[in-house]
Amino acid sequence: MTENRPGYYGRFGGRYVPETLMAALDELDAAYRRYATDPEFTAELDDLFHHYSGRPTPLYFAERFSRELGKGRIYLKREDLNHTGAHKINNALGQILLAKRMGKKRIIAETGAGQHGVAAATVAAKFGLSCTVYMGEVDIARQSLNVFRMRLLGAEVVPVRSGSRTLKDATNEAMRDWVATVDDSYYLIGSVVGPHPYPMMVRNFQAVIGRETRAQLMQAADKLPDYVVACVGGGSNSMGIFHEFVAEPAVQLVGVEAAGEGLETEHHAATLSKGEPGVLHGALSYLLSDSDGQVLEAYSISAGLDYPGVGPEHSFLKDSGRVNYQAVTDGEALAAFDYLTKTEGIIPALESSHAVAMGMKLAPTLTEGQIMVINLSGRGDKDIHTVAQSMGVVL
Amino acid sequence: MNQVAARYESLRRDRRKALIPYLMGGDPGLRETADLLTVLSEAGADLIEVGVPFSDPVADGPIIQAAGQRALNNGCTVAKLLATLKEVLPGLGTPVILMAYYNTLYHRGIERFMAEARESGVAGLIIPDLPPEEAGDLRHYASEYEIGLNFLVAPTSPAERIRQAAEASTGFLYAVSLKGVTGVRNQLPAGIPDFIARIKTQTSKPVGVGFGISTLEQARSIGQLADGVIVGSAIVQAIAEDSSFQKVTAAVRNLKEGLAG
Repeated sequence: MTENRPGYYGRFGGRYVPETLMAALDELDAAYRRYATDPEFTAELDDLFHHYSGRPTPLYFAERFSRELGKGRIYLKREDLNHTGAHKINNALGQILLAKRMGKKRIIAETGAGQHGVAAATVAAKFGLSCTVYMGEVDIARQSLNVFRMRLLGAEVVPVRSGSRTLKDATNEAMRDWVATVDDSYYLIGSVVGPHPYPMMVRNFQAVIGRETRAQLMQAADKLPDYVVACVGGGSNSMGIFHEFVAEPAVQLVGVEAAGEGLETEHHAATLSKGEPGVLHGALSYLLSDSDGQVLEAYSISAGLDYPGVGPEHSFLKDSGRVNYQAVTDGEALAAFDYLTKTEGIIPALESSHAVAMGMKLAPTLTEGQIMVINLSGRGDKDIHTVAQSMGVVL
Repeated sequence: MNQVAARYESLRRDRRKALIPYLMGGDPGLRETADLLTVLSEAGADLIEVGVPFSDPVADGPIIQAAGQRALNNGCTVAKLLATLKEVLPGLGTPVILMAYYNTLYHRGIERFMAEARESGVAGLIIPDLPPEEAGDLRHYASEYEIGLNFLVAPTSPAERIRQAAEASTGFLYAVSLKGVTGVRNQLPAGIPDFIARIKTQTSKPVGVGFGISTLEQARSIGQLADGVIVGSAIVQAIAEDSSFQKVTAAVRNLKEGLAG
C-alpha cells in the first residue's frame, strides 16, 4: 500500500524504541503477518465482531440533519453502537486474539479518553488475561466514569503523574512497563501510532469500518461517497474509514483535528496543522514540539484528541495531499454535539463531534445527490460531565 | 580515532576498566553542571555521560526523569548546555559522552547537532531510542565529525542484533544489564555474565554495562566481565542530596575502588 519499506509511509514511521523492545517488535510483526491471513484467526475475529461487538454497525442516513444543512445526503457510520461505545473495540479484539496466540499472560494499555482503556479491559476480561491501564491524572479526573468501568472490568488503572499527566505521559509509562515485562506482557496500543508494526496492524484491524461503509453505501445509493469525514487524534478511526478509499481519487477524505481554543493560541491538539516532523513513542511523524524539540502539551476539550503526536500514515497522507486535514475548535465541537443531539437524537462523543462540526461546515457546499459519510467514532455518554461543565451546569 | 575509543584503548593497555558516571545536564543548573564535570573527573571518572534533558524520556526511571524535569524547569536548553560544555571540556581531560533522545537531534538537524557537539568538545553519543537500523544519517555525520557512537544491546537482543550494534558502534557497545528502565536496583539479573559472554563472542569492541548499577560490589562484579561500568541514577541521586558534592565525590571514589579489583 503506502509503505515503501516495511514500517515506513514515505519518510514517516519506523521504530525508534529502546533496544530491549526490538526483539519483541520483531516477534509481534512475525505473529501478525502469520495470523493476518490465517483463515481460523480471521474467522474468529469476524465472529467476535458480529456476535460480541455488534458489527456491522449501521450506516445511518441522517435525514433531518442533512435536510436542515443543505442539499446533500449525510450518512453517519455508527461506530458509537459498538460494544463499549466506540470503534476502539475493533482493534482491541484483533490484538487480544494475537496476544493469546503469542502466549502472553498480561495486557498493558494506555488511554486518554478511556475508550481504549475500556476496550482493552473488556477484551482482557473476556479472554482471562490480566490488564494494566496507564492513564494521566488529568484524564482520570475528566473521565471518571470510564475509570470506574475499567476497574469494574478487573483492570488495574495506574494514574500517571509525570509531564502533562495526559495521554502522552500515559504512553511513556506504558512503554516503560513493557520494557521491564516484555517476556510475558503484550502492549495493546490503541491507535495507529507507535513503532512498526502497530500503525499498520491497528489500521488493518480498524479497516473494517471503511469496508463496511463502502458495501453499505453501494447498497443504499449505488455509489461511492463524495466525502468521508473523521476526527484525528492518534488517528485510528480515521485511518480505519479512510483506508478503503485512499485509492479512490473521487472520494474526498477530510481529517479533523482538535483546534482547542484556536489554532492561533497555544491550546490546541492540531498536530498535522501546526506541528513539524519529530520522533515520539517509537515513530517519526508530525509532532507538536518547541524550538528545542521538547514535546508540547496538547489541549482539547476532548480527552481522546488531546495528544501531541499523530499516526505516521496520516503524516504521509498530509504531505502527499491525499487527505485534507482541517481543525475545529472546542466551541464548534460543542455546538455540533448539541446540534446532532437535537436533530437526530444521537449523542456523539466529543471526539466524534469534531468530525460532525466539520461535516456541518461542508454540508452547505454539497450539491444534489452528493453524499458525505461522517464517522461517528464513539458515543457521548462518557462526556456528559464535561459538556455539563462547559454549560455551567452542576450535575 | 574518536576520544571515546581512544580512552578505552588506553584503559585496556593499562588493564583498567572504565568508570562512567552519568549526570543530567542542567540539573539543578548549568553552573552546577560545569562544576560537577570537574568534580567527577577529579574523583576518578574515566569518561562522563551527560544527559540532555528531554520531555519524554521513555528509557529512564523516576530518578533521572525527575532530574531532567528539574533541568527543563530551570531553563536548560540544548544550546545552553552545549555552550556550558564548550567552556569546560577543553580543560577537563575526561571525554564526555552525551546521552540524548533521538528527537533532540532530529529536531535540531542531525548534521547541525553533530557539528555543534564537536565544536563543544563532545566525544561521543548515546541515543537510547535509536536502534542501528534507523541510524543511517547519524552514522554518516558522526564519522565526519569524529563523534563516537555507542549503540545499545539488551538481554533480549539476538546475536544478529548484537553484531549489528557492535558494527555500528565506534566508541563502545552499551550493554543494558536488565529488562527495564534506568534506576538503582538492589540486585542485578543473574544472567549478566552469560549476557556479557554472549556479547564478547560477537565483537572485540569494548563493552560498557549500565542500568541498575549503584554499589561497589556491583561495579566490581561487572568490572570483572566487561570493559566499563556506567552509573546513572545513584550519581544523580547523590548530586541531588548534597549540594556541596561531597556525597557524589564519595560515591565515585567508592565505585572506583570496586573497579580497582
